[in-house]
Amino acid sequence: MAHSGINVLFEGTNFARLMGGLWTSVWIAALSLVIGLVLGTLLGLLRTRQNRFVRLLLLLYLEFFRIVPTVVLLFLVYYILPRQFHVNLPATWMAVLAFSLWVSAEFSDIVRGALESVPVHQRETGLALGMNEWQLFRYVLLPQAFRLELPATINLATRVVKTTSLLMMISIMDVINVGQQIIEANNQTYPTGVFWVYGLIFFLYFIVDYPLSRLSKRLTNNH
Amino acid sequence: MTINWKKIVKAALTVASIAALTLSVVNLKPTNVNAADKDSSVAAIKKRGVLRVATFGDLPPYGWVNKDGKRVGYDVALARQMAKDMGVKVKFVQVNANNRVDTLNSNKADIVLANFTETPERKQAVDFAKPYMKVSVGVVSPKSKKITKVSQLKGKKLIVTKGTTAENYFTSKQKGVSLLKFDSKTQQFNALKNGRAAALADDNSYLYAWVKKNPKYTVGIKSVGPHQYIAPAVKKGNSSLLNWTNKEISKLNKQGFFTKDFNQELKPYFGSEVKPSDIVLKQGK
Repeated sequence: MAHSGINVLFEGTNFARLMGGLWTSVWIAALSLVIGLVLGTLLGLLRTRQNRFVRLLLLLYLEFFRIVPTVVLLFLVYYILPRQFHVNLPATWMAVLAFSLWVSAEFSDIVRGALESVPVHQRETGLALGMNEWQLFRYVLLPQAFRLELPATINLATRVVKTTSLLMMISIMDVINVGQQIIEANNQTYPTGVFWVYGLIFFLYFIVDYPLSRLSKRLTNNH
Repeated sequence: MTINWKKIVKAALTVASIAALTLSVVNLKPTNVNAADKDSSVAAIKKRGVLRVATFGDLPPYGWVNKDGKRVGYDVALARQMAKDMGVKVKFVQVNANNRVDTLNSNKADIVLANFTETPERKQAVDFAKPYMKVSVGVVSPKSKKITKVSQLKGKKLIVTKGTTAENYFTSKQKGVSLLKFDSKTQQFNALKNGRAAALADDNSYLYAWVKKNPKYTVGIKSVGPHQYIAPAVKKGNSSLLNWTNKEISKLNKQGFFTKDFNQELKPYFGSEVKPSDIVLKQGK
């Protein structure tokens, strides 16, 4: 099997480069999730307030990021921001910015939904015990909301990981981009290499996303 | 008890305004430092010590990444030579056919060396320096159903890659042909092998190389349309780098650099059917 396509994966530094690409995808996704979840919790909290103006503003924010496709967001931060506003940061930071805003918008809705689903009597009991609003939020609402928002959060996290495949559109060397380089560099010598490279990438995404599902299951059972 | 809520709202607003402020500071700083095009002038590049070149990462033999993870190819070798002559380091920004213009306009790269064919439309958007290579479009088809004239393509499907000379030519000059567009060479050749279309159009030098490995196919139309030229491109109005690049290309032509580049990067790929004179422009004095 001198010309089996699987050899493509192990020639030279190909395998290490794919791993490097995966690392780029993973750290961008992880950092965006951390920033996005913190910001999203805050925004979700604000959305349960009575102030109409704040609620409308945040609703517009949510709808903007929910409606605009992620690839358009990436183009916006990578090409339009530098041209119009001279914000010229490395592509990876622009990607983190776009992803964080997107995650925070989606997560704010998850948090809002979860907070509103906590039964009213829980809140009233807290108040009857003499808790102030912060204590109520910290000790009564948040722990119960956390459990309610868990499945949707994990779903969002896996979506973010998968969406990193769009990063190649703004010249980031993510795992798909590296895969494509390898495929194109070898398509004359290993025409079947394309299946192996994409097969490996499929597997890599799986081993990143699967532990998230497991984690979600464990957390749900613990509560 | 509502005071605490107000505090939270206030805190959030403070965080938001700090974020907005930081953004606007980031906004302002680069504007002051590099008003528009000075960013990519020769002086600015020398000061920075890095020439940022937009190249392909997936187009052997022009710009690609070899198995050791090193960027190589005909365009890449030119980029390295240019950086060497300017006395700076080179940094590559990988692009695809569609975002070559935007990469320049958004100051992501100083110069594009990515198999960039001069066309009247593109000249509106960027400034081309002196060309360093010529190409013509060829059409490859199965030997059993050979296409030898453009008129045979009327009403049939033809495969092209987005943003290439071939796409440009058939879109503007041959409106009767319906095009099937792909993003990369691998995709377009796979589509041809799977019988998705009657033929495939691309740079003829590339097709000669491909049919050698795929003997069931032949380059039925060797050349359609006029000769077209591939040149470095800089952002519109960047005369400093444009002039420098023109001088550099003239100098490299005199030195016969491009024949050497051809022999090193393209010949192993194209084989003996393609001669240096098919691709490179006149070398020597």
